[in-house]
Amino acid sequence: MWNYLLKRVALALVILFGVSALIYLLSMLMPADYIDNQTAAAVQMGAMTLEDVQRLKELYGLADKSLPGIAKSYLSWLTSALSGDLGYSFLYGRPVSDVLSQYIWISFMIAFISYLLEIAIGIPMGIKASVNQYSAYDYTVSVFAMMGTALPSFFLSALLMNVFAIRLGILPLQGLTTATKVFPPNAHFQILLDKAWHLVLPITVLTLLGVGGLMKFTRTNMLEVLNSDYIRTARAKGLSENVVTYKHAFRNTLIPLVTSLSGMLPGLFGGAMITETVFAIPGIGYMALRATQQGDIPFIMGYNMFLAILTVLGMLISDIMYMVVDPRVKLS
Amino acid sequence: MGLLDKWKNIKETEVEPGIDHTMYLTLKEERRISRENSRIIKQFEREKNRKNVPEEEYLTQMRDPNNVVEFDNLHTYFFTDVGTVKSVNGVTFDIPQGKVVGVVGESGCGKSVTSLSLMQLVQAPQGQIVAGSIRYQSRDGKCYEITKMPKDRMLKVRGKEIAMIFQEPMTSLNPVFKIGEQMDEVVLLHEEGATPKAARERSLEMLNLVGIADPQKVYNNYPHELSGGMRQRVMIAMALSCTPRLIIADEPTTALDVTIQAQILELLRDVKNKINGSIMLITHDLGVIAEMADYVVVMYAGRIIEKGTVREIFHNPKHPYTIGLMRSKPSGKTKDNRLYSIKGQVPNPINMPNHCYFYNRCDRAIGICAEEYPEMIQFTDTHSAACHLCRNGGFMDTNSTKEQR
Repeated sequence: MWNYLLKRVALALVILFGVSALIYLLSMLMPADYIDNQTAAAVQMGAMTLEDVQRLKELYGLADKSLPGIAKSYLSWLTSALSGDLGYSFLYGRPVSDVLSQYIWISFMIAFISYLLEIAIGIPMGIKASVNQYSAYDYTVSVFAMMGTALPSFFLSALLMNVFAIRLGILPLQGLTTATKVFPPNAHFQILLDKAWHLVLPITVLTLLGVGGLMKFTRTNMLEVLNSDYIRTARAKGLSENVVTYKHAFRNTLIPLVTSLSGMLPGLFGGAMITETVFAIPGIGYMALRATQQGDIPFIMGYNMFLAILTVLGMLISDIMYMVVDPRVKLS
Repeated sequence: MGLLDKWKNIKETEVEPGIDHTMYLTLKEERRISRENSRIIKQFEREKNRKNVPEEEYLTQMRDPNNVVEFDNLHTYFFTDVGTVKSVNGVTFDIPQGKVVGVVGESGCGKSVTSLSLMQLVQAPQGQIVAGSIRYQSRDGKCYEITKMPKDRMLKVRGKEIAMIFQEPMTSLNPVFKIGEQMDEVVLLHEEGATPKAARERSLEMLNLVGIADPQKVYNNYPHELSGGMRQRVMIAMALSCTPRLIIADEPTTALDVTIQAQILELLRDVKNKINGSIMLITHDLGVIAEMADYVVVMYAGRIIEKGTVREIFHNPKHPYTIGLMRSKPSGKTKDNRLYSIKGQVPNPINMPNHCYFYNRCDRAIGICAEEYPEMIQFTDTHSAACHLCRNGGFMDTNSTKEQR
């Protein structure tokens, strides 16, 4: 067990190293870098000369785009990253780790709430659909689940915004706080409520997008289990259909469910780039999109490494959970 | 056998006259079938899901009070997308108290479906008992009509009075629960006022009874930690824990290796005597039947073609299929270079012919065999067979048979 974990962590380090090198290389090779983006207008108007731009690039460490140059600057990024310093974000003018730690929480809140909702809605629906296979309920739920999965998030967001914010006007359109309202400084609860109100639509979008997949996943696994021999044995013992379904069958369906759902947990910190952007919510996904568009290399590196670590962590957690829920599995 | 005969034999097995195995359905037919199926299924399911059915509706009288179970003209059909499969098509036989009844037949002949009908475990909603009756004499002296019994009432029979042992011990135990938990469950469910402690004691006692050396350890094991033979022992122990009146053993030894097979059979016979119950033994192994059974029922394509005591079936088989079965079992005595096999295949279960189902494979078939399905013909009180050839108490003159086909 410990041996296995040690091996996995060592492997994870190799993966992270590869990922960081690749992302660094690719973002350095982007045709227009941060300085180009910032100075393009000034250069065009004649307010800056190309020499000024070049000087700025040297200042920011973006001047040398040859392979050895990239390797050199990557190594310096790597050594400072290993000592815990992710550098300064060009765009936000603050340490990358500060930006990350400030904005991940709102993203996590949105993702976590919709994750809980998905579980609370998707799993019972999947179980019910599998128990009544080919019934009207099964077909209806499956069709809606497919629709939810198939819709692009920006489209669904726009649709809901149009209906609930513009036509009906019952929910706020964008942002995290109502700009027109002035709250007294100590009205924490009201501020919180206002924020929550703004998060209703984004959370709905994320839930609708995820719930279909989870429902389908539950249904498929449940059907497989319900057709197995030990379910027939359970029925032959005289157990009621409820005990058969919710104890004997569901306990087995839990194996793939827990494995995949626990693997998703770290990813909840990663932010929902498109949805956050559409709703103009200052989450980590929104911040990352802006930074990427501007070529803010330290932030791109920091954010992507953060994502990579979350992914590796997710895989590790899901392996461990697999062992926890399935007595047949021994990690070695 | 001459070379020419051999060649002829091969040719004959290749060409199968009379059966069309391919089935093509037009879209229209398909729609008609599925519409009809859902109508029929709905009707049966509604009947089955009724609540608070008065007991009088499913109380009945046994034909012979010495029987535990009586199957009477049982029909169990599967309404599939390509048509109705008559898996069990008019099966009548008895399971007497304290006896072992062996049910033999090839794969897909309806052996298992017969036993699942008795447990009300036929894969619903496609599978339904459409006609006939299954009478069951309970321990309290009442006789129940299983086919009319409501689902919730049936839960009290399953596992308590009729227990089942399945073919695949490797997959028949739930992989995520410990053996002990799975065994205790039965006791806690069926024994009035059973405490977890009492259930545990009963489970350990049963594990001991089926010859498991270290019950304490096995009790705390997961199924995957046991071998196939051990798991089958656990299954038997589980089936026994409420001292059932009838144990249905659905090919209990098929998945086990030969030495373990013998042990399991020995064990089954042993426990049968200990609890004074009956066994319905489903198998396609004639050796197992000869070893275990008192009565034998031979099934073919959903019907019984011959039944009798084990002595009658083995020493004086009447139906050509039974005779074929006897001949196709390996014996140490003769040194034939090739094991006999009945040529051909079972007819397509969806479009059953209206003549004898064995007609196309029978080497003694006569004209009438292609015209109507034979009646059951009684030879002794216990022995009967469904074959036109047996109508005069034995075989008719079969010399001129082949030419008439």
